[in-house]
Amino acid sequence: MTVTDGIRSDQHGLAETGPAEFVSGPWQDSINLRDFIQRNYTPYLGDASFLAGATERTTGIWAKLSAMFPVEREKGVYDIDATTPSSITAHKPGYIDKDNEVIVGLQTDAPLKRAIMPFGGWRMVATSLETYGYPVSPELETIFTDYRKTHNTAVFDVYPPGVRRARSSHLITGLPDAYGRGRIIGDYRRVALYGIDALIAGKKNDRAELDMEPSTEDIIRAREENSEQIRALKELAQMAASYGSDISKPATTAKEAVQWLYFAYLGAVKEQNGAAMSFGRNAAFLDAYIERDLAAGTLNEEGAQELIDDLVIKLRIVRFLRTPEYDEIFAGDPTWVTESLAGIGEDGRPLVTKTAFRFLQTLYNVGPAPEPNLTVLWSDKLPEGFKRFCAQVSIDTSAIQYESDELIRNEMGDDAAIACCVSPMRVGKQMQFFGARVNAVKALLYSINGGKDEVSGKQIAPATAPNTDEILDYETVFPAYLETLEWLAETYVTALNCIHYMHDKYAYERLEMALHDKEIIRTLACGIAGLSVVADSLSAIKYATVRPVRDETGLVVDYTVEGEFPTFGNDDDRVDVIAVDVMERFMTMIRKHPTYRDAIHTQSILTITSNVVYGKATGNTPDGRRKGEPFAPGANPMNGRDTHGMLASALSVAKLPYSEAQDGISLTNTVVPSGLGHTKDEQITSLVGLLDAFTSATGYHLNVNVLNKETLEDAMLHPENYPQLTIRVSGYAVNFVRLTREQQMDVISRTFHSH
Amino acid sequence: MTAINLGFPSVACPVVELSGEHVDLSAPVSDDVSALNDADRKAELHTLEMKAIREGTVASVHSWELVTAVDGPGTRMTLFLSGCLLRCQYCHNPDTWKMRDGLVTPIEELVARMTRYLGVFKATNGGLTISGGEPLMQPAFVKRMFKEAHALGVHTTLDTSGYLGKSASDEMLDNIDLVLLDVKSGLPETYKKVTGRELAPTIAFGDRLAERNIPVWVRFVLVPGLTDAVDNVEAVVDIVKSWPNVQRVEVLPFHQMGEDKWDRLSIPYPLHGVHPPENELLNRVRGQFEARGLTVF
Repeated sequence: MTVTDGIRSDQHGLAETGPAEFVSGPWQDSINLRDFIQRNYTPYLGDASFLAGATERTTGIWAKLSAMFPVEREKGVYDIDATTPSSITAHKPGYIDKDNEVIVGLQTDAPLKRAIMPFGGWRMVATSLETYGYPVSPELETIFTDYRKTHNTAVFDVYPPGVRRARSSHLITGLPDAYGRGRIIGDYRRVALYGIDALIAGKKNDRAELDMEPSTEDIIRAREENSEQIRALKELAQMAASYGSDISKPATTAKEAVQWLYFAYLGAVKEQNGAAMSFGRNAAFLDAYIERDLAAGTLNEEGAQELIDDLVIKLRIVRFLRTPEYDEIFAGDPTWVTESLAGIGEDGRPLVTKTAFRFLQTLYNVGPAPEPNLTVLWSDKLPEGFKRFCAQVSIDTSAIQYESDELIRNEMGDDAAIACCVSPMRVGKQMQFFGARVNAVKALLYSINGGKDEVSGKQIAPATAPNTDEILDYETVFPAYLETLEWLAETYVTALNCIHYMHDKYAYERLEMALHDKEIIRTLACGIAGLSVVADSLSAIKYATVRPVRDETGLVVDYTVEGEFPTFGNDDDRVDVIAVDVMERFMTMIRKHPTYRDAIHTQSILTITSNVVYGKATGNTPDGRRKGEPFAPGANPMNGRDTHGMLASALSVAKLPYSEAQDGISLTNTVVPSGLGHTKDEQITSLVGLLDAFTSATGYHLNVNVLNKETLEDAMLHPENYPQLTIRVSGYAVNFVRLTREQQMDVISRTFHSH
Repeated sequence: MTAINLGFPSVACPVVELSGEHVDLSAPVSDDVSALNDADRKAELHTLEMKAIREGTVASVHSWELVTAVDGPGTRMTLFLSGCLLRCQYCHNPDTWKMRDGLVTPIEELVARMTRYLGVFKATNGGLTISGGEPLMQPAFVKRMFKEAHALGVHTTLDTSGYLGKSASDEMLDNIDLVLLDVKSGLPETYKKVTGRELAPTIAFGDRLAERNIPVWVRFVLVPGLTDAVDNVEAVVDIVKSWPNVQRVEVLPFHQMGEDKWDRLSIPYPLHGVHPPENELLNRVRGQFEARGLTVF
């Protein structure tokens, strides 16, 4: 049996039972979601006036959950199933309100009850359970320490000493060596379009090909992975069956399409505790089914919105069990259920559908929320009605982010989606080896101190001659910095190779990879934190007078700065070129080192919320930043130093070339509502203009918050009044009241662009 | 960057002294100057700088910013010039009062920056705003800059108190698309109390703009206890009503964000302890404008 048999036979059956057939094409001969979408979606060029509000049913479901959130916020978790290692089929079906749910399925047998996922590492599970006061099962502990090796143990078996040093000194941190790497998007649509039987048939075809290859290490691994994928698909069908759904065949209605799609995603989040478990690019796909049912009269707008509302409610309550240390890096319990909306197709038609509007409408129907991480692929060519609705939603909720459709489409085509915050990938055809990031600021301080840590004094990088000048000279400092970065790049790639080799081996994403092609593109996603601090520090050394202050051991522990120097974030080329130069050079250095599974080297300029912990671990810097102060998030200019307005700040960041940071460049900006105009209409026009101007200037990513500082200050004092206050932080959104006090202060201290 | 500090407190009373050390004037100047001794050199340079400002080939600039929806439509490059003859009690930029505190910047540099933002202006329907300080203290520059802007198809806005309206030539006005006109009070005595100057020149300038039918957005800063009297506001309304070219009135609630600047400059701050207007007051004043058929924000 081939993949096409199952599909063809079903399409045939579909035609007999009623609804109009989809437009046929190559998507029926092999798995090709893009082809299906292109042939069957209906671009929508109008405005938001067609949308339906929340039904009583939707409001009721959300109210049930809302009543549970305060307990969760208070305790950190609502509940944990501490004894059942999670798998696709481990938990019995769970419901919020069985009789009233349109779309069903929970990670465990009850809402907000978190599962344990020990294959990544037992320590993380045990620590989490202890933190939240749950007993640690001795039996499971024995299994996952004595009998079953975990990813975490395996990685530490192979780390060389240089990596361990760089890791423990906070030069490289946030590595996915104790948690799931995430940032893999299964093409969940495949389950709805083709059904499990056809997908398994396709995988069996792949296997037949693999069986004809000589049994080299790569081929053996591929065969094992293929077997695991098939097993996972079968388990997915079982799980769906436990909810009363037969997903062996394609979905025939919009409701089934949404449900099948969600089951596929649910299987992934039952199996993997990945840092970012993104959802993909599903709106236009679902819209094809919805339009068909609307045309047939079997669905109305209210019903269509209800499907999306219910799906989104489910996506909002995806939960993972994580430790407080993890929360420092990724604050506010994020899951990055990123859904990428809109964009322009390769044929010039906008990929805007009514369902893209419906996804945004959920922020009104069930209030603002950080998840799913709604991401608009922005282009100045998007239809005006959609642009204005996006801007309106941003102004009202601060819950959506924007990425440049142009940059992504040119590189990856029009069926790419964002994983996590800013990482684009071709859906079902590409995955990444997530690599967190290096502390580029610390590396600069190391290069001045001959490879010693400025806080501990320990020798971390290879010993070089420390800088002994009275006044720092750019011509001395910069080459020394490059030498340190060369070592760092090598150490970093080494660490990532170790991690991903072991992740594939011990915590392979069976289901997510089952929803990928046989041959896929892999990227090794490196990253830089603290770029603006580095640029400003080097600018100070170049344009002002910077004197190092040494302690009794000769270690440089502080700097005095005399004179003025240009700072990143003011569209000032003198310093902006420094940032560009450092970023380009580090990428070149990264590319020198071979990668596991021939992954393509990329990097991001993104910190998530780790800018706070990175800053905490980093000493005084030549730009005048004090020891322990947070870095700016992502590629942001340092707080308060971008004094020429929000757009000038963004234009500095837009100079960082995407070609050298293909894993994304993150910018978060906050503007006060009055900074966009007097009336709502004027504010919408202004924001649309800003987004057009930024993306036209090759800006890559923009998180937009439209907020008053007073609102945040009041929310710190009275969190109970702001359960759904959502803000964008760095590539994702959080409930403000779920941040730690320190992180809240960091957000409040950032630049609020006003006038 | 070509930049020197000027050393004069106002245009009317120049002091022959330059505080800037990094002098880098354009080529024709440097040859002459290099032969002179230090004191003469400084004096000579100052004369040349003054000449350049009078001719408008340079401007004394406080700062620039890309702002959205506040200094005119869309996103704008707002150029804040240094120097103002008014001493408004509520001024939130007292650091722009003295022309000598600005950076003397050649017009080419500012035109280059404006050119850089053509895409921004296009995407946002924005443009160039010249603000201050009081831009009409450097009228030759303003005239040239707006001419350059129009040559590039850039929308132009002048943000002024109108006090120096006489300095705005007809040729300058030909290249202005919008004027943000501050009417700081409607009663002459209140105006004098608020700004230290006369109201009449502002009215005269407004009349001229009305004659030429140049669109105007009027701004009025509402300070409790200073500008909020019913008759003062009504007098502003009367003035504004005589100008059919006014498209909107912005009633700006006074805020205390300027106070730290006054402190830093060691200037006693007359409005210390004054609170921003309550919504009730704000609504009353906006209502006074609305009642007479004006569009108010």
